[in-house]
Amino acid sequence: MKLDSKVPTGPIEDQWDKHRFELKLVNPANKRNYKVLVVGAGLAGASAAASLAELGYNVEAFCVQDSPRRAHSIAAQGGINAAKNYPNDGDSVRRLFYDTVKGGDFRARESNVYRLAQVSNAIIDQCVAQGVPFAREYGGLLDNRSFGGAQVSRTFYARGQTGQQLLLGAYSALMRQAGAGAVKIFPRREMLDLVVADGRARGIVCRNLVTGAVEKHRGDAVLLCTGGYGNVFNLSTNANSCNVTAAWRAHKRGAAFANPCFTQIHPTCIPVAGERQSKLTLMSESLRNDGRVWAPKKKGDVRKPQDIPEDERDYYLERKYPAFGNLVPRDIASRAAKQMTDDGRGALGGLAVFLDFEDAVKRLGKDKIAEKYGNLFDMYHHITDEDPYQAPMRIYPAVHYAMGGLWVDYNLMTTIPGLFCLGEANFSDHGANRLGASALMQGLADGYFVIPYTLGGYLAGAKLGKVTTDHDAFRAAEDSVAARTAKLLSTGGKRTPQDFHRRLGKIMWEHAGMGRNAKGLQEAIAEIPRIREEFWKTVAVTGSGESFNQTLERAGRVADFLEFGELLAKDALAREESCGGHFREEHQTEDGEAKRDDVNFSHVAVWEHKGEGREPARHTEPLTFENVHIAQRNYA
Amino acid sequence: MNLTLKVWRQKDAKSPGGLVEYQVSGVSNDMSFLEMLDILNEELVVKGEDAICFDHDCREGICGMCALMIDGQAHGKDKAATSCQLHMRRYQDGDTITIEPFRAKAFPVVKDLVVDRSAFDRIQAAGGFVSVGTGGAVDANCLPVPKQNAEKALDAASCIGCGACVAACPNASAMLFVAAKVSQYALLPQGRPEREKRALAMRSAMDAEGFGHCSNEYECEAACPKDIKVSNIARLNREFLRASVLAE
Repeated sequence: MKLDSKVPTGPIEDQWDKHRFELKLVNPANKRNYKVLVVGAGLAGASAAASLAELGYNVEAFCVQDSPRRAHSIAAQGGINAAKNYPNDGDSVRRLFYDTVKGGDFRARESNVYRLAQVSNAIIDQCVAQGVPFAREYGGLLDNRSFGGAQVSRTFYARGQTGQQLLLGAYSALMRQAGAGAVKIFPRREMLDLVVADGRARGIVCRNLVTGAVEKHRGDAVLLCTGGYGNVFNLSTNANSCNVTAAWRAHKRGAAFANPCFTQIHPTCIPVAGERQSKLTLMSESLRNDGRVWAPKKKGDVRKPQDIPEDERDYYLERKYPAFGNLVPRDIASRAAKQMTDDGRGALGGLAVFLDFEDAVKRLGKDKIAEKYGNLFDMYHHITDEDPYQAPMRIYPAVHYAMGGLWVDYNLMTTIPGLFCLGEANFSDHGANRLGASALMQGLADGYFVIPYTLGGYLAGAKLGKVTTDHDAFRAAEDSVAARTAKLLSTGGKRTPQDFHRRLGKIMWEHAGMGRNAKGLQEAIAEIPRIREEFWKTVAVTGSGESFNQTLERAGRVADFLEFGELLAKDALAREESCGGHFREEHQTEDGEAKRDDVNFSHVAVWEHKGEGREPARHTEPLTFENVHIAQRNYA
Repeated sequence: MNLTLKVWRQKDAKSPGGLVEYQVSGVSNDMSFLEMLDILNEELVVKGEDAICFDHDCREGICGMCALMIDGQAHGKDKAATSCQLHMRRYQDGDTITIEPFRAKAFPVVKDLVVDRSAFDRIQAAGGFVSVGTGGAVDANCLPVPKQNAEKALDAASCIGCGACVAACPNASAMLFVAAKVSQYALLPQGRPEREKRALAMRSAMDAEGFGHCSNEYECEAACPKDIKVSNIARLNREFLRASVLAE
């Protein structure tokens, strides 16, 4: 497999400019002759579909929900980064770039990250112009806050609902184009296969979730904006419908998958409450700006937090990382919490630590805290039945984000020509750990400001033959989707898809979660195929394929997770180092911090599907760092 | 706890529906209402029956996908909460709960508890936007917005488009939904150039979809999971009146 990152040459500051100039353009009158299929309607998908339609392309947008407004980007709470430097506190494009590369533990591609930082400011301008109601100062100008891992205040926000407001902004742009007839929207559709004809991505096969009909859609390019695979762990902060299916099917059709083991465990989530829980809820890490994280000093201390005197509390983040304190990056905060609970010092003796606002309320007053975090406090109160104004929150890490994803080059194109991948679904910008408030930035950067240029470059240079939905490749994809659906419906077993999902999730969390080691990963790699085999023999899917059938939808997604989970574990096993969110217990410093191996692992691991039942091939894309000084991360 | 559920089952848009009674056991206080339904559904699947279809996604009260009429109340008995945020600790052992879809002419039932709310998307497409293409924006701080306006705009923009306002309204009016979007833009300078056009277009799209008229019942505000105020409807009425006068 040939991996050409297509990174431009020359000084990093000039690369994107130079590249844009070198990309071919599509004549304005020709754009409407190109049909672009955009799968997923989150920040990346909605912004791409709207922007491409504005340019004149003929766009079809697909989403699994009943409306594009519901994609899970909507749940992002904390904010969006940009190098505006409005607070005059030392920020710049270079600093945002540097922080993102360092925060990603030196496992991201420099050129992509630099471009991300460069376009970050235009995103804020664009969103404000759309009427996104960001938080403001009394003078009417935009307010900024500092956010996990950053020493400057570069995060723009709209209370604890920034993702919602940005998505609704992109959705409004998308609906404007839909109203104008430039985008056709296909809601309640699930992409179940990619159609590759004559070596290029030329369409998708999807299931109409209402009627069950298998639909064929042809296009001149396909954009996967289908989000992350966190639900491979079953319990995560992702929405229920988040899945790996579209990306996985594309992978099996030839798109390489990069760094699947890089998953982010978010430090501040509401702890698990029961066996049958269906989802975990994030408490925005903006809470760490004012909240102080602590655990009891004594092992097995089950007292209520109010009964634990000050000198028996260990504000462990402030103690271990005095320079960053409670604001250390997510991977570090998560591991530190795990160390506390592993040490028997969990909150109330359980799997949790405290997040305490007592000092902040004393300093700022309850009203100010309510203004900043009111909706988060209410959410916590609602879920746990505990009032966070009265007692500290209990928090624990949970799976939150996927840094890994389909491999893309500088143009966001995968290893299949004509198949692009944007947003969380690709691997490109966050390395081994994503900084807070950078997911929204990347999704919108890809959709608003990268793909409109790079897609044109592809289409203008590609000599695309005519492909209709009668092409053999469409028929083959359609048949394989139908056969798979029939198979899922015919096992006649007694175990629900959820049951298999829970079993897979347990294995993933135990062996490929916050702490990983060779033995555990080997166990996972041995166990997952056994569950998969059992799944295909005994999964219970009732109802029919020709109707609305949520059991069938879930079963299809679990089936893909049962394949993907194995690849994730293999990737984690092969990466014999610790970096970012990937913590191999064999590779740590004396203080228990992640120990990178830059000599052997300064690369992207790129997996190629070699066929059913065959070992996938691991390729590498070497990473070079010419613009940041590579060093062991140090937040102390 | 053990519960009796009466759940609306309807095969598809064309078939008649009805309430079917189910027993569900092993429900704990910490479970969400939707997790309780998950348990029932898994039991049904194991028994070989068709699971109850219901819309849901984020399960944290922000996507607006879940939409259940629980004992006659849109999203159930908790104030300012979606169906997914309702917890079983609000119920007691032996309770009987009736679960129906949101009902409105403009929200036809798709299956069981799932309804079609695409009318909201079409209203949005009629004018719920600022006409600004990607790339043409000025520096964000060129456009100061008084803090109180930004806050009010965000209050309105918090609408999740779930449709509880429609389900709760005796006229099945979508005024609160439309008012929230019109208000957001009316309160911001970005929305000014298209102010009149938007108010007229969204109002008429709403009427065309078959939603009813507002007769000041305030049921929408009471049911709204995001606590969106009826004062937005007053603003919509002013915007509509103003636009109508200016259009003459």
